[in-house]
Amino acid sequence: MTEAVRAGDGGVLGERGELALHPPASYLEEGFTIRSWLTTRDHKRIAILYALSITLFFFIGGAAATLIRIELATPNGDLVSADTYNKLFTMHGVIMVWFFLIPSIPATLGNFLVPLMIGARDLAFPRLNLASWYIYVAGASFTVAAMILGGVDTGWTFYAPFSTLYSNTHVVWVLAGVFVVGFSSILTGLNFIVTIHTMRAPGLTWFRLPLFVWAQYATSAILVLATPVLAMTLVLVAVERLGGIGIFDPALGGDPLLFQHLFWFYSHPAVYIMVLPAMGVVSEIVACFARNPVFGYRTMAYAIIAIAMLGFLVWGHHMFVSGQSLYAGTVFSLLSFFVALPSAIKVFNWTATLWHGRITYEAPMLYALGFVGLFTIGGMTGLILAVLALDVHLTDTYFVVAHFHYIMVGGAVSAYLGGIHFWWPKITGRLYSDRWARFAAILLFFGFNATFFPQYLLGIAGMPRRYHEYAPEFQTLNVLSSGGAVLLALGYLLPLVYLSWSLVRGARAPANPWDATGLEWRTASPPPKRNFAAVPVVEGPPYAYRPSPAGIVRAREGTA
Amino acid sequence: MSALALPPEASTIAAHVDHLLYAVVGVTAAVTLAIFATIIAFAIRYRAGSAAPRAEDVPAAQARARRRVEAAWTLVPLALFVAAFAWGARVYVERALPPSDATQLFVVAKQWTWKLQHPGGQREIDELHVARGQPVELVMTSEDVIHSFYVPAFRLKQDVLPGRYTQMWFTATETGRFHLFCAEYCGTDHSRMRGDIVVMEPEDFARWLEGHRGASGMAAQGEVLFREYGCSGCHATQPSAQPGANASVHAPSLAGLYGRPVPLADGSVVKADERYLRDSILLPDKEVAAGYEAIMPSFAGRIGEDEILELIVYIESLSDTKGRPQ
Repeated sequence: MTEAVRAGDGGVLGERGELALHPPASYLEEGFTIRSWLTTRDHKRIAILYALSITLFFFIGGAAATLIRIELATPNGDLVSADTYNKLFTMHGVIMVWFFLIPSIPATLGNFLVPLMIGARDLAFPRLNLASWYIYVAGASFTVAAMILGGVDTGWTFYAPFSTLYSNTHVVWVLAGVFVVGFSSILTGLNFIVTIHTMRAPGLTWFRLPLFVWAQYATSAILVLATPVLAMTLVLVAVERLGGIGIFDPALGGDPLLFQHLFWFYSHPAVYIMVLPAMGVVSEIVACFARNPVFGYRTMAYAIIAIAMLGFLVWGHHMFVSGQSLYAGTVFSLLSFFVALPSAIKVFNWTATLWHGRITYEAPMLYALGFVGLFTIGGMTGLILAVLALDVHLTDTYFVVAHFHYIMVGGAVSAYLGGIHFWWPKITGRLYSDRWARFAAILLFFGFNATFFPQYLLGIAGMPRRYHEYAPEFQTLNVLSSGGAVLLALGYLLPLVYLSWSLVRGARAPANPWDATGLEWRTASPPPKRNFAAVPVVEGPPYAYRPSPAGIVRAREGTA
Repeated sequence: MSALALPPEASTIAAHVDHLLYAVVGVTAAVTLAIFATIIAFAIRYRAGSAAPRAEDVPAAQARARRRVEAAWTLVPLALFVAAFAWGARVYVERALPPSDATQLFVVAKQWTWKLQHPGGQREIDELHVARGQPVELVMTSEDVIHSFYVPAFRLKQDVLPGRYTQMWFTATETGRFHLFCAEYCGTDHSRMRGDIVVMEPEDFARWLEGHRGASGMAAQGEVLFREYGCSGCHATQPSAQPGANASVHAPSLAGLYGRPVPLADGSVVKADERYLRDSILLPDKEVAAGYEAIMPSFAGRIGEDEILELIVYIESLSDTKGRPQ
């Protein structure tokens, strides 16, 4: 404790939080060789490794989506063959779900920020953390191998018995890829849980934790509990496919609904793996730019836990027309409404956080507000799908496609980008062009709506999903959607350009460019290898934005 | 296209679904817009540098008001949720229980066609003719992977699984030609696994049935199969008759069996419905009738899905009552 500094104590920290003493080398300067990166055990460098990997996969998955949208501009299959189309949407789903969305916020921002936010020097198991990334790369290699060998056509859902007996594609390679990458998720989750339990700075009680850390904690619990079920299920698919042992195929004495129960037991909570961290990011950003503590902080923390727990009890709402019993369907519908409640409360609380704020609109805030808008639409349409009789008409149509893209892309990806923009100065030590970033955020918001809103109408009109060719009356809405996708693609490419540019030409970032309150802002940008010169002590609740912290004027130079 | 891009409303249940849809979309849209209006209002009023009063200027007495607001925005949505759930469940249950006067039709799905058969033996591919106003119950199964029978104009969809029967029923209310889509991804030509439901006036439909009469009805075809597969060697089909002509084996009589409760060897009781009859043919050891030995051979792999359906229709024809629930 003698080496501890008190947060805000002017002796060691400067006016705006820079270290007044000669700062140690940043984590980026700890080594410049490839080897220094590939053998690093620094959570911040591993976060960068993940960020580069998932960015690569985001654009591979995005390329598949681009081809899908071009194909769907006309009712006939005139760009690619039916089999190719089926492989495209399968790879789009597999890559985006397991190689981008699931690791996105936890493995990059979470890896980078959890130790910083709790005042720790690293995660509890740094070697395991590096191993997680290598496991991710191994899983990704299997998946890429499947693509090179000719692809897979089962859909990301691998429904049996199509996946176990009828598909002639490289199913086992992809199963292996997803199986392996699951261990990376489990180990990351385990690492976060142990870290958050054991390595919090002095004074950092549970109810002083930033909501981002709460969200990572709940997400980690889901990762650890749900992913093994997926792994087991994929093994069973492989066993039936390779060994002809009847598990899911009725021709062999199996039960195809068993597959769906097991698959959604993982895959519904997986939605919360994607969305809870996004909620955490948005809570940080909204509080900072509204200059207000998060409204109902405890309720927000409890809501995160409630979502994580209830999320395990609603998998059957994917199966209202599958042939599961009437009673099962009814119970799953009711439970689905219950899980929607904490999500609704979170939206109300973010809105109320703006109340009496002193709001500014830099790029991260625009992304965060975009998240709130798109997540709200996605959540409301989720309620529509939870209504049993409406789901009968809408399930397996474009309505469902639109709904989960609003949650997972409009929601989770907007929040991920918001988080990248918010913590970019901390991670890279550079400032990007706020003007371009705000433009991209607005373009993404409108491009996203232009792409996916027409798909709600397509679903109501009755267009089934995973259709290579479709009835001509659906063309107008499909053309609108494909047109919107052009804006969306531009919106995703722009940050790649201006963020890369900032690495070369961006101004140096101060330690706390947003005048934010988290511990991560109380060390240099970029932080030194050991994160803090001295372990910080926490003396109050998070989000102490009111009354405004010292230096009421926001340090904004260079960000405009 | 009507409001919200909905397809035509062509079944009795479609109207019920649409009322529900308008109500739920109306309320969710109103709440969504209210949230957005609040966000925009706050975003403008509380922008940095505006003259609006801020929290530190407002008396602390607002803590209680805050709690009230939080309680309100928890309980009001909860009440709306329960209402939407109950309404949705009511229509969902309505969709699940066919009326007792429904005509049974039979659907066998296979990659990538729909095979449909009327009780009179009329067979159709990717097209189904039905009469307006006549309740129809579909008994469906698949020969390969999972498919889904989706008729947007009826607002109905039901997955069609291999190895079991799923049911769906409707009463068409409008004549015309309506899309039939496969809604569960089933491989290469999933998007071409489409067809038409043709709804005709009852008298036109009667003429159509007459014009497409097959050699014999499904029950008659089933009776032929019943002899060909040797079922008649053991099972009696006439009430109080001797077991099969060459009765060397003691087997349950099938007369009046359909729809009746069957006591099983393990003490439980099951209803002799389509599922039970199908399983008894393919998995005879699964549910052995009480008082009989488990000596029936399995016909799994030796008999097609259409043939099983014909046998079932034949066995149904041996009962006076259709023996439906309700």
